[in-house]
Amino acid sequence: MTALACADAEPPSPARELWQSLAASRGALAGFGVLALVICCGLFAPWIAPHDPVLQFRADLLRPPIWSAGGDARYLLGTDELGRDILSRLIHGARISLFIASMSVAMAMLPGIALGLLAALHRNALGALIMRAMDVMLALPGILLAICVIAILGPGLLNTMLAIAIGTLPSYTRLARAAALAELGKDYVTASRVAGAGTLRLMVMTVLPNCMPPLIVNATLGFSSAILEVAGLGFLGLGVQAPTPEWGTMLASARDSLHVAPWVMLMPGLTILVSVLAINLLGDGLRDALDPRLKKVG
Amino acid sequence: MIAYLLRKLATLLPTLLGVTLVAFGLIRLVPGDPVEVMMGERSLDAASHAAAMHRLGLDQPLHLQYGAYLVQLAHADLGLSLVTREPVIDELRVLFPATVELTLFAMVFAVLLGVPAGMAAALKRGSGVDHGLMGSALIGYSMPIFWWGLLLIMVFSVDLGLTPVSGRIAVEYEVVQRSGSMLIDAWLGGEPGALASALRHLLLPTIVLGTVPLAVVARMTRSAMLEVLREDYVRTARAKGLSPLRVMLVHALRNALMPVITVVGLQTGSLLGGAVLTETIFAWPGIGKWIVEAIARRDYPVVQAGILIAAAIFIVVNLCVDLLYGLVNPRVRDAR
Repeated sequence: MTALACADAEPPSPARELWQSLAASRGALAGFGVLALVICCGLFAPWIAPHDPVLQFRADLLRPPIWSAGGDARYLLGTDELGRDILSRLIHGARISLFIASMSVAMAMLPGIALGLLAALHRNALGALIMRAMDVMLALPGILLAICVIAILGPGLLNTMLAIAIGTLPSYTRLARAAALAELGKDYVTASRVAGAGTLRLMVMTVLPNCMPPLIVNATLGFSSAILEVAGLGFLGLGVQAPTPEWGTMLASARDSLHVAPWVMLMPGLTILVSVLAINLLGDGLRDALDPRLKKVG
Repeated sequence: MIAYLLRKLATLLPTLLGVTLVAFGLIRLVPGDPVEVMMGERSLDAASHAAAMHRLGLDQPLHLQYGAYLVQLAHADLGLSLVTREPVIDELRVLFPATVELTLFAMVFAVLLGVPAGMAAALKRGSGVDHGLMGSALIGYSMPIFWWGLLLIMVFSVDLGLTPVSGRIAVEYEVVQRSGSMLIDAWLGGEPGALASALRHLLLPTIVLGTVPLAVVARMTRSAMLEVLREDYVRTARAKGLSPLRVMLVHALRNALMPVITVVGLQTGSLLGGAVLTETIFAWPGIGKWIVEAIARRDYPVVQAGILIAAAIFIVVNLCVDLLYGLVNPRVRDAR
C-alpha cells in the first residue's frame, strides 16, 4: 500500500528538492540565515542604521563599544577616529560589499559561460584561442590583475566590480566548457538537434541547464572570495574611496589607531569573516545538494 | 616521459607569450606616463617632456617597443627601472628570495599542519574532533588575511611584545646577502641573535600567508582520505588485521595524496596574490609589495617583470604538478 501511495505522489520540484537537502545540513542553514541577515542590512541600511555613516560626532572620537568602560549607548559598537558610528558604517558597508560582489559575479559569470559554451561548440582554432587566452588570465594572480585594472580605470565602484570580474572569468569559462563538452555527446542533445533546434537554442535551452550545478557552486565560492577581494582592495586603498563606508577601507584607516582603539579594527574584520563564513557554509551545502557524488564522501 | 614533458612545454609557450603581451599592454593602458609621475607636481614643459620620453625609448610606436621588449627578454634582460635606473634584475635578485622564503615557509606550515589535521578528521569522521577541525578549517578559509595579520600583530607584537612588527631582521644586525634567504645568511654570518631575530620576523608573516593554504590542504586531505578509505584494498588491508595507523599511512595516504598535491601546487602558484597583502602588512621587502608600488609609479619595466615572474611561477609550479602526476600515475602520462 505504502509503495502505491509513493508512486502516486508527484516528484518534488527541483527547487524544493534542493531546499530539502540544504535544510538537512545545519551548517548550510546557519549560513543561509546569517547571509539573509547581512542582505537585509544591506537592503534596508538607511532605515536600520542608527546614524548617518559619514556623520562625524566630533565630541565622541574613538568611543569604545557599549560593553567596555567608557562606552556610550548611542554608539553600540563605538566610534572611529573621526567620531563616526561604527555600527552604522558596517550596516551601510554591507550594501557596498554585497552589491560589488554580486555584480562582479554576474559580470564574470555571463561572459564566462558564453565563452565556455562557444569554446565547447567550436573545437577548432576559435575554441583553442579562447582557452589559451583563459590560460594567460589564469596565470596572473587575481589580486594583481585587479590592481592593474584599477590602476588603468581608476578606483571606484564600477571599476572594482570589473577588476574582480576579470580575474574570476576564466574559471567559469573552463567549467562551462568542460560541462558542455560532456553534455554535447549525450543522446538528448542529438535528439534535440535532429528535431531541428538551432545552435543558440540547443546551447542555451538544452545544454546549459544541465551544466549549471558546478557553475552555481563556483559562483557561490566566487561570491565569498569577491567580498574578500573587495575588502582587500579597499585595504590597499584601491577600492571604494573614503568616506564611503566599505569594510576593507574601514580596516585600512583603523591601522593607525591599532594601539589605542583595537575595536575600530576588530569590528569590520569580524563582519567580513562572519559574512564570508556564512556564504562558504552555504556553498558547501549547495555543493553537497547539487553534486550527490561528493556528498557520499563529504 | 620525455615526450610528455615536451608536449606540456609546447602548450606553455603560447601562454607565456600571451603573458608578455598582457604584461606589456596592461601597464601602458594606465593613464599617465612615467615621466609625469616622476616629475609629480612640478610640471614639465612639452619639449623636455618629449626629450625625457625619447631618452627612455617611450616615444617609439608600440609594436616596436614590444618587439624590443621581446628581444630583451630573449637575452634575459629585464631592462632598467625607470625610477631608480637600476637594472630590474638586480632589484629582483634582492627581493625575489624574500618572497620565496616567505612562500616556502607558508607552504611548509600549511602542509605540516594541514595533512595530519585532514587525516585526523577523516579517521574520526563525524566526531567532535572532525567537526572542530573542519570548522576551524572553514574559518581559516574564510579569513580576510589582512585583518588576520593586524590581529596577530595586535596580540603578539603590541600586547605581548613577542614578535617584531615589520621587516626581515632587526636593524642592529648586518647580514651579508649570500643565499638570499635571511635565515641561512643570518646563520652563516654567525652573529649571535641574528638567526633568532630573523626567525621571529618570519613567524607572523608565515602564519598569515599560510592560513588559507592550511585550510584548503586540511579540507582536501580529509575528503581525499575518505574517498580512499572506502576502497576495497583498504578494506582488505583492514581485514588482514593491520593496525589502523598502518592502513592509514601505508595504504591510504599514498593514494589520497594526488588531489592534495594538486591543491598544494595550485596554492603555491597563486600564493603571490596573498603575498601582495601579507608583504604590505608586514613591510616585507618582497616582490608583491614591489609590484604594487611600481604600478603606482608607472615603472613599466618593473611591472612587466613582476607580472611575468608571477605568471611564470604559476606556470612552472603547475607544470611540476603535472609532471608529478605523470610520475605517480602512468595513466595520466599516456593519455591524449
